[in-house]
Amino acid sequence: MTHSSGSVYVKKEFAPSNLMFGVGVLLVGAIMMIVAYMVDNHRAAFNTIITFMFLMSIGLGSLFLVALEHLVGAVWSVPFRRISEMLSSLIFIAPILSIPLFINLHGLFHWTHPEALAEDVILAAKAPYLNESFFIIRTVAIFVVMGIFYFLLVGSSFSQDKTKSEKISKRNTVVSAIFMPFFAISVTILSIDWMMSLEPHWFSTIYGVYYFAGTFGAAMAVLAFISINLTEGGYMPEKIKRDHYYNFGALLFAFTNFWAYIAFSQFLLIWYSNLPEETFWYITRGQGSWLVVSIFLIIIRFLVPYAVLLPQPAKSDAKRLKFMSIWIIFAHFYDLYWLVMPTYSKNGASFGWMELVPPVVAAGLIIVVFNLMSRKRNLIPIGDPKLSRGLNFHL
Amino acid sequence: MNKEIIYGITGILDKPDDVINAAKKLEEADYKKYDIHTPYPLHGIDKAMRLKPSPLGYFALAFGLTGAITGLFIMWLTMSQLYPQIISGKPFFPLPALIPVTFEITVLLASVGTVLSMLFFLFKLPNNSHPLHDTDYMKKVSADKFGVCIEAKDVKFDLEECRKFLESINCHTIEPIYYPEETINFRPKIFETKFVMFLLAAAFLVSGATYVLLNKLMFVEPFNWMMFQQRLDAQYPTKFFKDGFSMRTPIEGTVARGTTPYLYKGNPEKAGTELVNPIEATKENLAVGKAKFDTYCSPCHGYQGNGDARLNGQFPNPPSLHSEKVRNWTDGRIYAVIMDGQNSMPSYASQIKAEDRWKVINYIRTLQRALNAKEEDLK
Ligand code: HEC
Repeated sequence: MTHSSGSVYVKKEFAPSNLMFGVGVLLVGAIMMIVAYMVDNHRAAFNTIITFMFLMSIGLGSLFLVALEHLVGAVWSVPFRRISEMLSSLIFIAPILSIPLFINLHGLFHWTHPEALAEDVILAAKAPYLNESFFIIRTVAIFVVMGIFYFLLVGSSFSQDKTKSEKISKRNTVVSAIFMPFFAISVTILSIDWMMSLEPHWFSTIYGVYYFAGTFGAAMAVLAFISINLTEGGYMPEKIKRDHYYNFGALLFAFTNFWAYIAFSQFLLIWYSNLPEETFWYITRGQGSWLVVSIFLIIIRFLVPYAVLLPQPAKSDAKRLKFMSIWIIFAHFYDLYWLVMPTYSKNGASFGWMELVPPVVAAGLIIVVFNLMSRKRNLIPIGDPKLSRGLNFHL
Repeated sequence: MNKEIIYGITGILDKPDDVINAAKKLEEADYKKYDIHTPYPLHGIDKAMRLKPSPLGYFALAFGLTGAITGLFIMWLTMSQLYPQIISGKPFFPLPALIPVTFEITVLLASVGTVLSMLFFLFKLPNNSHPLHDTDYMKKVSADKFGVCIEAKDVKFDLEECRKFLESINCHTIEPIYYPEETINFRPKIFETKFVMFLLAAAFLVSGATYVLLNKLMFVEPFNWMMFQQRLDAQYPTKFFKDGFSMRTPIEGTVARGTTPYLYKGNPEKAGTELVNPIEATKENLAVGKAKFDTYCSPCHGYQGNGDARLNGQFPNPPSLHSEKVRNWTDGRIYAVIMDGQNSMPSYASQIKAEDRWKVINYIRTLQRALNAKEEDLK
């Protein structure tokens, strides 16, 4: 059991129409985004936060999946690692999206206004953390640190295709262990800075974990969707089968529950202690049409995936998995909408064509980036010593 | 006398792949009643044996749902129906607070129920004996070998045929298994003296240990430290306050929530001039007033307020409420009688709520008007 089955793999090129389709979607999204900024700058900026946080979810989440595999020595996921690796390059696209956000900082974040600080003791007390320069430094630092880890983890894996060196795998295990705390802090800071500080008075210590739960689910769902489609299209080795799919299903199911667990923990503690400085966040989301959005969040992000993925056969059934992946990706958008938009329209949910910008732009970017990244690369890490074991994986 | 009956025929294989192969061959040869024994769970064997998925998942689901529903139901029944108590200002059915408990009960019932149904439905306990027990075959397959056993219950079973078949799939140590007729029903052995004695001993030990723990050990240093805490116990004396009471009396002038203090105690005349009836004599209010009057006042004053008590002289009959005097009293003056009582009539302040007192008075006014109708009322 050495590299034998790795050498059997012959790369099948994607049809160029795939890339063209992605470019088309991205163009539509980009035009919509520009028009949105011209029509309603304020609202468009809020939507850009959703786009930005979603792409960070997929990018960072994929990088996390890669590191997780190295760290725990997972075998089943080796054939799919390359897909996550290529998706994790999205973390280099996200900074571009953050530019309009930095420009609109004053429109988005109440705490950036000096006159607000002057009359608000709480904001003044938080100013050592919540101030513009430190805010920008933190975000840029996350881009840089995560970028470095991208080159360490993903870059080395690309080169392993040629060198087939086992050393790289060993070193990546160590790098992954170092990566983990950086990842945890990055995700926490990102979510606190870009979403929680929209309501600068409000705080929840579990917020970072909440975002992470959604992030893992979304990154896993994108990976599952792409992997299953590629396998069915004959782009992946034939040995990939239901046993591999089962892990996608099981993890999607697990993180559906994890999300619900975290979301409920956050709600229960705030609801129970009933302190005005904490409850107002939920009160905004529990009134008028936001209440409907909130109830549907429970249904969409938890109840439906839970019920669909609960039976054992569902976890390895390609059809249901593809459907559920798309569902969970959508649910993550919905979750982000629920986190961000109540600050924009406090008195009731607002949904218009502008809210379609995030999914369209994100979908376009994912397709384009994936197609470009996979142009000159193998779709499986053929140099990885664990590959054949991964392909032969069975439950 | 011990007639031996055949249970089946067994064969031994050395490698896990061989036994998966054997299972496939057995399926191809269309054997139905056979079993595979392995020293550890073997991946892929259920597929090779074409086993149906275990029904255990449905047991778990059923038990879990039962747990969720009964848990929620009991909490609803006790917390919001039988003993409604205000707990940290939450509603009587505080759903979010109940979810963790519901979750725990769901998991508890699902897991315990699954294990029990596995033992009793699938493993068929308390049937704790099996023909394969105590055989060389069992010793081998529970150590490092893999075994195939074709049971005599199979329609295709024929000792020689099966022996040949097992040979064809490379089994060695092929042996038929017999068992004595007397154990034909796999009779449960739980009533054997040895087993019963063991149970008794276990029960004795457990209860003894519990007794020692709860009655002796808990009072030994340092396990008893928790008993002496710096805290106030309701109804117990304390050294913390000078007067030795742990329950504090409210500061003078404290007014309980939802009540208005009565400032005219012992001064009915002042009450009569200052108190004003805040309740309107609507149909609903009069209905409440009548209900309260009939319950609390009518035993002495009579249903009409005529002073015709139903107490058979055990208590001095009160005067009629239709006297000139009472009719000319203000509502506030009657209120004072309800609050303070009057001579032999006791106070009804604690029985009747403030607003209902006014409703009773409205009702008395109606009675007075009805029995002393004026010319113009007839119009
Ligand atoms: C236990 C029997 C009893 C009950 C019950 C009772 N009363 Fe009386 N009530 C009396 C007696 C006896 C008197 C006369 C006391 C006295 O000697 O001045 C009296 C006197 C009164 C008087 C003053 C009458 C007068 O001419 O001085 C009023 C008004 C009155 N009651 C109203 C009520 C109302 C209203 C209720 C119901 C909340 C009520 N009572 C319940 C026994 C009762």
